[in-house]
Amino acid sequence: MATSEPQTPAAAKTRAKDKSPWNWLLFVPVVVPLIPAFYNTDSPRILGFPRFYWLQLAYILLGVAVTTLVYQLTKKRGDR
Amino acid sequence: MWREHVTEISIFTALFLLVSAMGFIASRWRASKDMAHLDEWGLGGRNFGGWITWFLIGGDLYTAYTFVAVPALVFGAGAMGFFAVPYTVVIYPMVFLVLCRLWSVSHRHGFVTPADFVRSRFDSPVLALLVAITGIVATMPYIALQLVGIEAVLKTMGVTGESSLARHLPIIIAFAILAAYTYQSGLRAPALIAFVKDTLIYVVILAAVLYLPYKLGGWGEIFDAADAKFAASPNPNDGILLNANNQVQYVTLAFGSALALFLYPHSITGVLASRNRDVIKRNMSALPAYSVLLGLIALLGFMAIAADVQPLPGATAGTVDNNTVVPVLFDQQFPSWFTGVAYAAIGIGALVPAAIMSIAAANLFTRNIYKEYLRRDATPAQEAKVSKLTSLVVKIGAVACIVFLDPQFSIDLQLIGGVIILQTLPAVALGLYTRWFHRGALIAGWAVGMSLGMWMLYQVSSPTRSHFGGSAFPLEKFGFDTTMTIYAGFVAVLANLLVATALTLVLRAAKVADGGDRTSPDEYFADEGDPRVSRDERRGVDAAPESVAGANAR
Repeated sequence: MATSEPQTPAAAKTRAKDKSPWNWLLFVPVVVPLIPAFYNTDSPRILGFPRFYWLQLAYILLGVAVTTLVYQLTKKRGDR
Repeated sequence: MWREHVTEISIFTALFLLVSAMGFIASRWRASKDMAHLDEWGLGGRNFGGWITWFLIGGDLYTAYTFVAVPALVFGAGAMGFFAVPYTVVIYPMVFLVLCRLWSVSHRHGFVTPADFVRSRFDSPVLALLVAITGIVATMPYIALQLVGIEAVLKTMGVTGESSLARHLPIIIAFAILAAYTYQSGLRAPALIAFVKDTLIYVVILAAVLYLPYKLGGWGEIFDAADAKFAASPNPNDGILLNANNQVQYVTLAFGSALALFLYPHSITGVLASRNRDVIKRNMSALPAYSVLLGLIALLGFMAIAADVQPLPGATAGTVDNNTVVPVLFDQQFPSWFTGVAYAAIGIGALVPAAIMSIAAANLFTRNIYKEYLRRDATPAQEAKVSKLTSLVVKIGAVACIVFLDPQFSIDLQLIGGVIILQTLPAVALGLYTRWFHRGALIAGWAVGMSLGMWMLYQVSSPTRSHFGGSAFPLEKFGFDTTMTIYAGFVAVLANLLVATALTLVLRAAKVADGGDRTSPDEYFADEGDPRVSRDERRGVDAAPESVAGANAR
């Protein structure tokens, strides 16, 4: 792939790694926190936190997990 | 009275002086041979690694005002104030790839501001000027609001006065010092100070969220106390959960704010200062640590309810200043030495973003107004000089805003700022992906988005004010039979996109000239070590590795 614009070898190589189906995963932590139906209730409570609060805080972990995963899966493979 | 707060004031002052010294020393930190260049003063040499970038962008985005205003909102309205959490969750995956493209093309072309990019991409000085002015106008009140953060702390420590000048003297002094070391050290100053600021904030907040629930009877008690308060209040839209009317507002506000955040010039300054694409990608996974912090800080608003905190009176009689709830909470619950540290964290927390914002605004002026319209042949050294002087002007302007105008004016402007900066989205963010839009259509879309956004904000009333009462626009004003509200900026940017798209089709059909594109597709993937092109060179330039030094930095 990525032979359409062979400007410089380096750029073409980088480009190949920028396009990846794994990038679609990034939509998950963008969409999920924007659906109040998932979290807009009080129960169950965890450590006294209503679901509204603990679940949205947990979404931070979801975001970290997905960006880390995508970063690792699309990273340049050992050419540096 | 301030005499009861001597310990707090001493610690605050000592830490403030410490970071001021660091600010001046910063000019020699990681200094290069030729400091008389805008890349050095305005972007710290474009060479910050992962850790520095994390502290810098974290200190930049999560400002003192955020740390004061978000718990104040939670204290006053409950769940609605928690929008800050989804906002700062969705932002990073959303911009993960976008910022890399921006970094790459800026690296290749030496862009310093988002308007620089628009100038080259759309070959349109007018569009670039609009983006630059929008950025400056959106940033100025934001700087002023950092002062509101410091003032909330000073007020709680009893450092106030009768006359307007006496009341503001500490802030004027603080900003004079800030202006001096920003002038001298540029972006290196906030980058270095951010280490102190963020360490203090993390320590203070972690201590607070572990200790306060223990003291107040546990998290369950805290949420129950908040629930009871909101149940008793006459406002139908507060509560510890959202209701049917404000869910759309919650989601669109979180999403719209996330879209806006990295359009702000100061965010882009932080991103462009990083060394390579890898630093940016890793930071997208690391920066959410600050979101955890922000979520916990938001909950301080509920703790203030449980601790029965009474906010201090506001500027006009009969009002209360909710921004003081967190400072008052600390004052009530903690020994004074710890409160002093917490106050210093907020105070210093205001300095980092204020410095970066003034640098970003100054860079916009220099690159997109001075160099474009006043002195086309300005050398990099002259650019740096102009930018340094402009940063002083920007700070004087911010202080004047607070001293001479009602702080509410700055808060209104900041609200407007978020809506107007969103109007640069089609040109800057979508522009990174496509050159499809016609430059004339983008200008028209910008104008429509701005007008609609301003009109909508003007229509929003709150219990205390008839206009600019918030960003929650009631949909019934569009003729819908509903009590739901929506974030004004979100609607404005949709209108902007619609106009830009429709007009692009029209202008293309009418074959109106659209200018060129001075960037080439591969440049959006360039990385550290790839050579720079000068402004006039076109694609296909020889890829001679002229900057070998950068390539083996890792």
